[in-house]
Amino acid sequence: MQPTLHADTHAQASHHEEPGFWQKYIFSTDHKVIGIQYGITGLMFLFLGLCLMSVMRWQMANPGTGVPLVGPLLYHLLGESAVSKTGVISPDLYNAFGAMHGTIMVFLAIVPLAFGAFGNFVTPLQIGAPDMTFPRVNMVSYQFYFMGGILMLASFFIPGGAAKSGWTSYSPLATIADMNLRPNGQTFWIIGMVCLINSSLLGAVNFITTIIQLRAKGLSWMRLPFFCWAQFVTAFLLLLAFPPLEAAAVLQLMDNLLRTSFFLPTGLVVSGKLLHISGGGSPLLWQHLFWFLAHPEVYVLILPGMGIVTEVIANNTRKPIWGYRSMVYSILAIGFLSFIVWAHHMYLTGMGVRIATFFQTTTMVISIPSVVILTALFISLWGGSIRINTPMLFALGFLPMFGIGGLTGLPLGFNASDIHLHDTYYVIAHFHYIVAPGTIFALFAGIYYWYPKATGRMLSEYWGKVHFALSFVFMNLVFMPMFIQGMAGMSRRMYDGGATYASNGDVVGLSPYIIGLNTSVSHAVWALGLAQIPFIINFFWSLNWGKKVTSDNPWEATTLEWQTPTPPPHGNFDKEIEVVRGPYEYSVPGKSRDFTPQNEPDQPEPIPHGNPVRS
Amino acid sequence: MSLINQNPSHMEIPYAVKPRPDTGLYNAKVGIWLFLASEVMLFGALFCSYILMRVNAPEGTWPHHWLNIWMGMTNTIVLIFSSVTVVLSWASLKMGQFKRYKFYQSITILCALAFLGIKSFEYHDKFIHYQVNLKDGRIFDGHLQSAASTTNQFVFKGRFIDKPEELYNPPLEHAEEPPITIAKSDIKIDPTTKQPMMENYGPWHNTYLAIYFTMTGLHALHVIAGCIVIFAIWGPLAKVWEQDPERYVNRVEVSGLFWHFVDLVWIFLFPVLYLL
Repeated sequence: MQPTLHADTHAQASHHEEPGFWQKYIFSTDHKVIGIQYGITGLMFLFLGLCLMSVMRWQMANPGTGVPLVGPLLYHLLGESAVSKTGVISPDLYNAFGAMHGTIMVFLAIVPLAFGAFGNFVTPLQIGAPDMTFPRVNMVSYQFYFMGGILMLASFFIPGGAAKSGWTSYSPLATIADMNLRPNGQTFWIIGMVCLINSSLLGAVNFITTIIQLRAKGLSWMRLPFFCWAQFVTAFLLLLAFPPLEAAAVLQLMDNLLRTSFFLPTGLVVSGKLLHISGGGSPLLWQHLFWFLAHPEVYVLILPGMGIVTEVIANNTRKPIWGYRSMVYSILAIGFLSFIVWAHHMYLTGMGVRIATFFQTTTMVISIPSVVILTALFISLWGGSIRINTPMLFALGFLPMFGIGGLTGLPLGFNASDIHLHDTYYVIAHFHYIVAPGTIFALFAGIYYWYPKATGRMLSEYWGKVHFALSFVFMNLVFMPMFIQGMAGMSRRMYDGGATYASNGDVVGLSPYIIGLNTSVSHAVWALGLAQIPFIINFFWSLNWGKKVTSDNPWEATTLEWQTPTPPPHGNFDKEIEVVRGPYEYSVPGKSRDFTPQNEPDQPEPIPHGNPVRS
Repeated sequence: MSLINQNPSHMEIPYAVKPRPDTGLYNAKVGIWLFLASEVMLFGALFCSYILMRVNAPEGTWPHHWLNIWMGMTNTIVLIFSSVTVVLSWASLKMGQFKRYKFYQSITILCALAFLGIKSFEYHDKFIHYQVNLKDGRIFDGHLQSAASTTNQFVFKGRFIDKPEELYNPPLEHAEEPPITIAKSDIKIDPTTKQPMMENYGPWHNTYLAIYFTMTGLHALHVIAGCIVIFAIWGPLAKVWEQDPERYVNRVEVSGLFWHFVDLVWIFLFPVLYLL
């Protein structure tokens, strides 16, 4: 991690002392350090989310039996009320793990990685800026995120345990859970969410301002790399969609601590007793406020992934992205439309046919720009002389995986078919295909792609390919069977993995085959966890022993982040940047090389009689 | 600033003070407008919640005239006046009149404090306002005279309510009420909680008060934040004026934009909560 190249070049440039460890790595205002902070914290949460699910999958595959190895450990950590002495997790703990798996994966892992880490590290470099517009706000943004993460983790160890009402925290369920304990896990969840929301808001303001104000000379909007467009739209989604959830969180906090009834209806009966509340609230209000955030949030999860994949594909096909402009307009359309589709999560709340039709229509409309982008990426492959390296493998894996995830979403967007599929494993399979083999593959592509810029060393190609192959196989083995389970009617969030609803004598229910899939899915989940070991070792090993890069532009890319020293020093560029062309000028006929950086002056050509490298 | 300046490899962020030619804006101005957009969404969501609560309330149960219109009116005038002084202080600074800026901005801060004072008085008034259900079926509604009350009997200033509907729609004007003593033993016991049915007008009392306290509370937090920022620029950070006047004027402008937003929210809150 020690930036050797930087230290050499920089020591000569300035005679200042290097800042101390704390200022350099912990309270840094440098966008690259903050990006790496986001990245490492996010990856740890990503792994924690996987671990929670691994424990839950044991319970689903073998209901009521002790979890080997981890069970006794959890018993000592969380106490007898949560885990029995033999290591069987309680229904409450199962619910808490489920809720926290969702919360951690969405708000503490994927968004911080896709937006916080890659956005922070790459965006200012790609637009030729010395840093973000508000470096200290950027630091505070990370600290809010960190605080939110600590609160979420701490909630596992308080009386009653972590929030257990799903990552959606529907009221009144969320409000009446652990009602006798205040503050409870839900209180921690809400306050943690408020921290995360503030973090995202500060980040979003910073990103948008940076992209508007700090673009290098000559970098007009249509010369902006697609990754920056993706971050730009994502930032707008966060900026405008998160505040309603913040409002909802404040209201739920009032319900939780001050006994108000925003989301609690009149006459609410809990465990056979009339609840002593003023009543008059609306459970639907929570769902509207929540999904008004959470649908744009889905696009927050996927758009930066599309941005990363676009960069990697352009670089490795050695040709311009096909339909760059249509992709830009499409991503803007997605950003706008994502604000008017939220109620397709609520078809079964009895909203009435007209409103359901409206949201069904907008949901179908939003799939068009998504398909445009995916199609443009597929067509970009056509006729390219494709370099198959690890980033490209992950990017190529992203395309069909996101395709499956997207297309299986359509039946959920139609009212009629949603009635059957709602709240089944089909839904889980659908959105995991988008986020897990979709976004996470894009994130891996990004890590393998930009790692040399951040550290000055390459990740091992061999172990990268092993990591990809194993992840690709096991991702599909995890999520593909869930479509089958869901279509057979297996519900989500079941402590016994659906065994209650199994066929039993004359009672028709889930067949043994459907229930049995739980076991194979669980095996695949654990294997997927093991498949990450090559990546983890590779990641840390390559910091010190990876192959050193021989140039600042090891992938021979066109965008500006490769025009910096490696790793980039504080302030990024050691020369004036003036952009003279679009982002993906690969294999331009008549040029001596098959890539032309965005800031390379038009003439004179260094080798006047050079042959075109590719025809 | 200090953190960056101490940083040895210090670099300048472009357009931190001077506007970027093609956008015509300096960074902080873009930032504050974006931030205000997110604030609009935050309060927008709360106003939507208010509408939903109100539309969902059963006929005749949404309260009217529970708040003192004159206090709300005074607060509205105080905030609008402070908006004027914020503009005047910025304009003075733009013309290089630092003393005049100091004077106007101190009025802004005093207005903010006056607003918070009046608001906390109103809050207090709600917290000592009780609805008491008696064993004989009557309902009493009035303010607790805490000095005269003991553990076994409470002294209120208020009146007995003939019909429950009257609770939601009290008369705007009524004569000075004499103190009334209610013995604790006369208060009805709630069958579910086994507690005397005597509840003050806090956020737990009904959804109207819940949304009132939430929205005005959140707004008050914004007033406090704005007040702190304006004061910090006015006092501790005033030396920036000598070092970098343009940056200083920008700060005053940006904090002023935030202050206008805070005022604007109140201009919506006042009719919605006090008048309608």
